[in-house]
Parts: sequence; structure tokens; C-alpha cells
Amino acid sequence: MKIGTPKEVFEGEARVAMTPDSALQLQKLGHECYVESGAGAMAGFSDAAYENAGVSVVKTAAALWKEVDIVAKVRPPSDTEAKRMQKGQTLISFFYPAQNEEQMALLAKKGSTVIAMDMVPRISRAQKMDALSSMANIAGYRAVIEAGNNFGRFFTGQVTAAGKMPPAKVLVVGAGVAGLAAIGTSVSLGAVTYAFDVRPEVAEQVESMGAEFVYLDFEEEQQDGAATGGYAAVSSPEFREAQLAKFRELAPEVDIVITTALIPGRDAPKLWLADMIAAMKPGSVIVDLAAERGGNAEGTVMDEKVVTDNGVTIVGYTDFPSRMASQASSLYATNIRHMMTDLTPEKDGSVNHNMEDDVIRGATVAHEGDVTFPPPPPKIQAIAAKPQEKPKELTPEEKREQEIAAFKAATKQQVTLLAVGGLLTLGLGLIAPASFMQHFIVFVLSVFIGFQVIWNVSHSLHTPLMAVTNAISSIIILGALMQIGSGSMLVIILAAASVFMAGINIFGGFLVTRRMLAMFQKS
Amino acid sequence: MEFGFTTAAYVVAAVLFILSLGGLSGQESAKRAVWYGIVGMALAVFATLTGPGMGLWMLSVVLIVAGGIIGYMLASKVEMTQMPELVAGMHALVGLAAVFVGYNAHIEIVRVMAMDDTARKALEGFAALIAKKSSVEISILRVELFLGVFIGAITFTGSVIAYGKLSGRVTSAATKLPGGHMLNAAAAVISAVTLVMYMNSGDMLPLVIMTVAALFIGYHLIMGIGGADMPVVVSMLNSYSGWAAAAIGFSLGNDLLIVVGALVGSSGAILSYIMCKAMNRSFVSVILGGFGGAAGPAMEVEGEQVAIEADAVAAALNDADSVVIIPGYGMAVAQAQQAVSELTKRLRAKGKNVRFAIHPVAGRLPGHMNVLLAEAKVPYDIVLEMDEINDDFPETDVSIVIGSNDIVNPAAQEDPNSPIAGMPVLECWKSKQVFVSKRGQGTGYSGIENPLFYKENTRMFYGDAKDSLNKLLTMID
Repeated sequence: MKIGTPKEVFEGEARVAMTPDSALQLQKLGHECYVESGAGAMAGFSDAAYENAGVSVVKTAAALWKEVDIVAKVRPPSDTEAKRMQKGQTLISFFYPAQNEEQMALLAKKGSTVIAMDMVPRISRAQKMDALSSMANIAGYRAVIEAGNNFGRFFTGQVTAAGKMPPAKVLVVGAGVAGLAAIGTSVSLGAVTYAFDVRPEVAEQVESMGAEFVYLDFEEEQQDGAATGGYAAVSSPEFREAQLAKFRELAPEVDIVITTALIPGRDAPKLWLADMIAAMKPGSVIVDLAAERGGNAEGTVMDEKVVTDNGVTIVGYTDFPSRMASQASSLYATNIRHMMTDLTPEKDGSVNHNMEDDVIRGATVAHEGDVTFPPPPPKIQAIAAKPQEKPKELTPEEKREQEIAAFKAATKQQVTLLAVGGLLTLGLGLIAPASFMQHFIVFVLSVFIGFQVIWNVSHSLHTPLMAVTNAISSIIILGALMQIGSGSMLVIILAAASVFMAGINIFGGFLVTRRMLAMFQKS
Repeated sequence: MEFGFTTAAYVVAAVLFILSLGGLSGQESAKRAVWYGIVGMALAVFATLTGPGMGLWMLSVVLIVAGGIIGYMLASKVEMTQMPELVAGMHALVGLAAVFVGYNAHIEIVRVMAMDDTARKALEGFAALIAKKSSVEISILRVELFLGVFIGAITFTGSVIAYGKLSGRVTSAATKLPGGHMLNAAAAVISAVTLVMYMNSGDMLPLVIMTVAALFIGYHLIMGIGGADMPVVVSMLNSYSGWAAAAIGFSLGNDLLIVVGALVGSSGAILSYIMCKAMNRSFVSVILGGFGGAAGPAMEVEGEQVAIEADAVAAALNDADSVVIIPGYGMAVAQAQQAVSELTKRLRAKGKNVRFAIHPVAGRLPGHMNVLLAEAKVPYDIVLEMDEINDDFPETDVSIVIGSNDIVNPAAQEDPNSPIAGMPVLECWKSKQVFVSKRGQGTGYSGIENPLFYKENTRMFYGDAKDSLNKLLTMID
């Protein structure tokens, strides 16, 4: 198959969906790669670099669209681009099908196939092609960098000869992929970082990144994030109030706020209200990663940076990944490449569009003349395993009852065993002669001693234990020695053989034990 | 010399043997304990040689020395990875010796019974002992020697097969003749019938038939048990060799044999119990071989196995603060313990906290991994048991699984339908990252899919364990 990547036509978009590296990998799958001249220029990949990687560089976009079977790009297609799609051609890009129904219907009617990278289901197998996550990761990192750029002070606290500088306090709202990336970056820059999320189960992730999770004093069953595919859901009004109260309390303290709260299919919730902004110190910075959906902060202007009357900067850029075009392109191209790997399972350059596959099915929004959006729910939904039911706490009385019951059961068992054993022994004593019983006493006592002694042997010495018991079980040599002198030739031969074998065992067993034990060394 | 001296020597020897086993509770005291055992054995043999009724002692000494030389050569040459085979082979010797001694006792009984009173009085040694016995005592004697031969014969063929399986000369898969356990049951019934016949007649024939049946049971029982159950099998045979010695001790009227036999027998029984518990299986189910049927369909495994190269593993190790290594039988097969030790040394030299987690049934012998690591000079105080380390995994940066599979299978905890459900396992998946060194994709001995390999924080480091680790070593600076 021929895979081609045109230059992005969206204003300011610097990313590109194929890099020379990913092209090499795609060729290994048996595909031919094409790229429009200058497509990678803004991301730092020259046409020459593509040619070196074996990619054919095509002069114009029109020629490219005509030439290839699969078009891979970043942004959703423009109207012109959509018109260029042909029957049987496949488009792989971000598509946002819910907001883009017209185009989806048009492309489906044409008989084109559309794979929306933003629709890749969030299951572990599909992580490698989850472009939303890889872009969100960049956005989170870049958000902190942008904040630092607009923030007039250090992130980390220092005590110098010229005075003491307190560390910056950063609050990250929404601990999704972008939020976690922002937390990581902020922590590693040295800022005191707080994070909040409506899903309490992410607290652990937040704390693992080195930030402090902001807990609410709020008694309500939170909906488990796993039930909504790992995304946040709309919260109740009471919860929202508690949340806002907490933010109000934090607003005068924090220097930088990074908001990333999004609920799928809705406008971004307003979480950082005008009064909180007013309460912030001059020079503080808010970076609103939800600006594209209206913003989490009041006063966010999409794609712009505004400064409020009290000197708080609100950054509403939406093109963070594009601002790190080279990195973003590499990651996105790798996501696309993984998608192609799944589409060409035989690695023979022919695409097998398997609609039975959860990942491919989920991402495909138009196929063979039909709109295939929304997809059926994936067969496997769980992202986070359901928290296990906690074993019920026992009251002291119940515990005591259990202990007594266990004690009684143990006593009963022991008494039964003793009674049965005692009766058997007594029965044996009735028929067996005294000489046997003498030996029997020795035997029973030895078994008891054996059990007591062996339980104390440490696990690591079990092999030496076996070797040593092996050696001493050659005590059978005594029997052979007693017999060797008395009786017929046959007896002598058999006894001699036994002595010989036991001899091997005694020396072999003890020596090998010594060898092993000598190896055990303390550090 | 006097009979009293022999008995006294036996008492001292018995005490020394008990101390010898008791000393194995710690690595340092164990070094002393072996000497107790050696002295005890020397004393016992010496006392018997000089005891009453001893004949042909020159021959005995020559044979002991000859056997000793062979034993010495075996013990000094054996590789630590071959320990399971050696132990199994030695059990076979004890079993066979028990059979021989049992037969001798029988021959002596027949001979003595045939004599008249005057001839009996002239007897010495073992024969004299028999001569004094009443008829009830003689029947008990027969039962005892019968049991001794029976257990000894099972131990002999069982150990030979176990040796074959462990050294790879016999296929380690569980194989059974058509008829399965019915054959074993039939052989056991034959043995019981012959016991009754033997009690009544005292003839050689029932004894021989029983011996053949017991040899068959030993062979067939162990053939039907798979490779990974070998720790149980070897400790079970260890136990049998002890019981055989005890039974022979009864028939010879020798208390030291009884004491030592009982010690060894109970030691083996406890080891078998510990091994079974570690696999969450009952002793009977191990002996009957194979895993029981699953209670339902196994849980679907989601995700995929992601491979990783040495440089990435090295990078992760260089960044990690705490590392836990989980060795298994695969490490022994690949002879990778030296490489593991070298890796440990380098990581520790960089100030990292490196520890080993040993599952009770890792390897083919109880404590097998400990011995291999000790051989490679891994200090024993960083080699920990499952219970000691399982709670530490969440704070561990990197876990490295080398050639183990079922003992790190999360299905044991997560999937109630798994054949190994409920088996205690090392919870390495709770650490931040897990590397699995494994020859290729595919399931372990039990054929159970291992969800660990599909976890998000697991990376598969394919290749021969020794080669992979050596490659890794060059990248740890």
C-alpha cells in the first residue's frame, strides 16, 4: 500500500504525521511512503531527510492525494481535502466525529474509510496508538513551560546570599494524562505542587508523581472512573460547591494554576471563577488547557494570552503540541505507525481492515460506504480494576468469638488425634510383645523430635537438609554390618553390596553438604 | 567389646544426629552441625564394627573406604545445578540397601528357624538375636522386614526415575501406562495379599512377588508426576528412605536405625508438606499427578507482551534504587547464576538495594535456588523468602524475573478459575517495573497463561538468560 502525508493546511499547525523514522518502520511493514514537499519543514524534517529514508517526495498536495491509498495526517481534513478523498482511500487523522458529522457522512458516501485517531479506545493494548494521550503528555509539559515563561520568579526555592526565595506553588486541576505530565514537570522544576481531580482513585498516581493530592471534606460516593472508561463524569452540585470552596481557599496561595479538566462530549466545566482570579497574587499565571472547549477559568480567551486587571496572566493557547512540533510529530507518527502495524498483521504491505478487532473497530468512523460511528462498546472495558471489597472489620467481640471457636476446633482435633493414636497404640500393645513395644516407644519419640527439630530449619537450607538426611539415612549400613558376618554366601554378598552403597552415600552426602554450606556467605 | 558400649555409642550418635539436624536452623550453626553428623556416623559405624558378633570387619572397612572414595569423587565433582539429580540418585542407593538388608534378614530367619536348639545356642551376631525370639516376635519381625523391603523398593525405582527426569534422561512430562492409577492400586493390593501369604508361610516367593510389585509402583508413580512437582517428589522419596531405614531398624532390633529413620522420615514428610502448601495443592493431588480440571473458563488475558532490548533494561536498572530478582528453574537450566551474581555485585557497588525473592517451590529441589545463588557467591542475607519480601514489592523500582513463571503468576490471586488459584505467589507485578527474562513466548510447565507478561509495567526480555544477562552486564557502568 502507498501511504502519504500531506503538508498540514491548518493555520499554524507545525506537526506532520510521518517522520523519516516512522517511514523506515512503515517500509518494514511492506508499505511505500510518500510525503508532500515541505510537509515536515516546520517540524524540522527536511525533504532530503525523507528522501534519505526512502520516502518519495511529491511536489503538490493534489498529486499526493491522487497517488496514495492511505492518507495520514494530523488535523481533521479541510473541506478541500475531504473533497479530494476517493472511493476506497483511507484517511487516518484526528477527526472528532461527534463535532464533524457532515464531513463524516460525506466521506462515508464517497466510500472512503476514515480512521479517527481520537477514537482509539482506551484499553491497554491500544496505548501505543493513543495519540490523544501522547499529545496530552506534551501539552502538560508545555503548559508548565509556558507558565514559567510568563511567571517572573523561580520555581524552586533557594536560599542565597542575596536573600531567600520561596518555591512557587503550582496547582494542577484535573489529573489526566496532561495533568500528570504537568505535575511531573512542575515537581522536577522544584515547585511545590498540588493536584486535584474529581476521581479519587487517581490520588495514588498523583502522589506517585511527587505532588500532594487535594482532598475535599466531602461525604459522597464518588462514581468510579472505571465505569466511564477512565474519564471524569459530571459531578453533583454539592460536590461542585465543596470543590469551589476548596479552590477559593487555595487561590491566594498558589502562583500557578494549570487547568486540564475536561468531560468527554461537553463544554469544559468552569472551575476557576472570577473571584478566585481576583484573589490571586499579581504576577500569577493560569494556563488553561481546556481553552478549546471554552476554558476552565473565567476569562480565558482561546488561542490568546490575556492579563487581568490585578496582573494575573491567563494563557489560553490550544496549540501546545504544535509548539513542540518535532517531538509531537515523532510521537504522533509513531502512533500512526502502530496503527498501521495492527492494520497489516502479515507485514506484507496489504491492509487487512479487521472490523472484529476492538481497536480498529473503535477508531473507524466510516467504512465501505457506511458511517460506523459511534462504535459499539469495546468488549473489554476495565481500565482500572474495580477496587476489591474490603473485608469487614471485625468487632472485638466477634474476633474473640472466632478465636475461641478456632481454639475449640484445634483442641477437638488434637484430642481426637491423640485418642485415635492412643487407642491404636494400646491395641498394638495388646498383641505385640514387649520387645517390640520398647522399640516402638523409641520410634514414636524420634518422630516427635524429628518434627520439632525440622520445623526450625530455615527455608534456604532445605537442600543441605536433604543432603544431610540423605547421608544419615545411610545408617542402614549398621544393618548390613551386623549381617555381613553371619550366615551364607548370599547374605554376605548382599550385605557387602549394601555396605558399599551406604559408604558412597555417607561420604557423598556429608561432603556435598559441607560444600554447599561453605558457599553460604554473609555480605 | 561389651554390648553396653555399643548401646552407649548409639545413644551418643543419636544425640549428635538430632543436633546435626537442629543446627540447620541457621547458616552459621549449620557449618558446625555437619560435623556433628559426621562424628555421629563415624561413632555409630565404629561401635558396630567393634560390637558383639561382628565378623568380616576387614571386608567391611575395605568396602566402606571404596564406597567413600566414589562418594568423595561424586560430591566434589557435582555441579550445584545437578544437586537434585545427586540427591535423587543417593536416595536410590539407600532404598536398594534397605531391600538387600531386608532380604538378608529373611534368609537369616529361614536359616535359624531350620536349626535345632543346640545349633541355635552356638550362633553369634544377628542370627543369635533371631534365635532368641518367640514365634509372635518372629511374625512381627516378618511384617517389619516386609515393610522395609516394600518401602525400600518403591524408594529405589522411584528415585531412579526421579534421577532420570531431573537429569533429562527420562522425559519430564507426566506419562502413565494405560490403566493409570488402577495399575498402582493393583500392585498395592498384590503387595497386601503377599504380606498375608508371607506371614503364614515365611516363604521367599511372596517376598519376591511383593518386591517386583513395589518396584513397579515406584516406577509408575514417579513417571506420572511432572517436572515442576519434583520438589515434592524428591522430599517424599527422602521421607521414604527414612521410613525404610526405620522399618529395617525394627526388624533388626536396632534402636539407632529406628531413631535416624524416624528423623529422616519426618524431615522428608515436613519438606513435602511445605512444598505442597507453597503450591496450594494437596499431597494426594501431587502424587496422583497433573493439575485438576479448572472450575471454569480462565480469565481472558488482555493486552500484549511487549519486548524490550538490553539497553533499555540497563537504563532502567541504572535509574532504579531498589531491585528484586526472582530466579526460577530457568536460571538453573541456563546456568545463569554467575551472571546474576555479577549483576548483583555491580548494582550493589552502585549503592542500589538489590535483593532476591525465593519462592518455596522455585527450582526442582527444596531450597535449590538458595544453593545456586550461594554457589555464585550471592550473600545469603539478601536472599529472602516469599513471606519476607512480598510486602516490599510496591516500593520496588525494578523486579527481574529470571526463568520463573508459575510462581509469579497473578492469575493465582485474580482468577478464581485458574488451575493455580489460591497458590501463594510473589507479587512482583506491584513493583514499578518488571522485566521477564524468558527464552520465548509460551507458557510454563503447567501450561497456564501468565497475565503478568501482559501487564502494562511488564517488559519481556527474550533470549537465553545467561546471554541476556551477560549482554546487560556490559551496559551497567
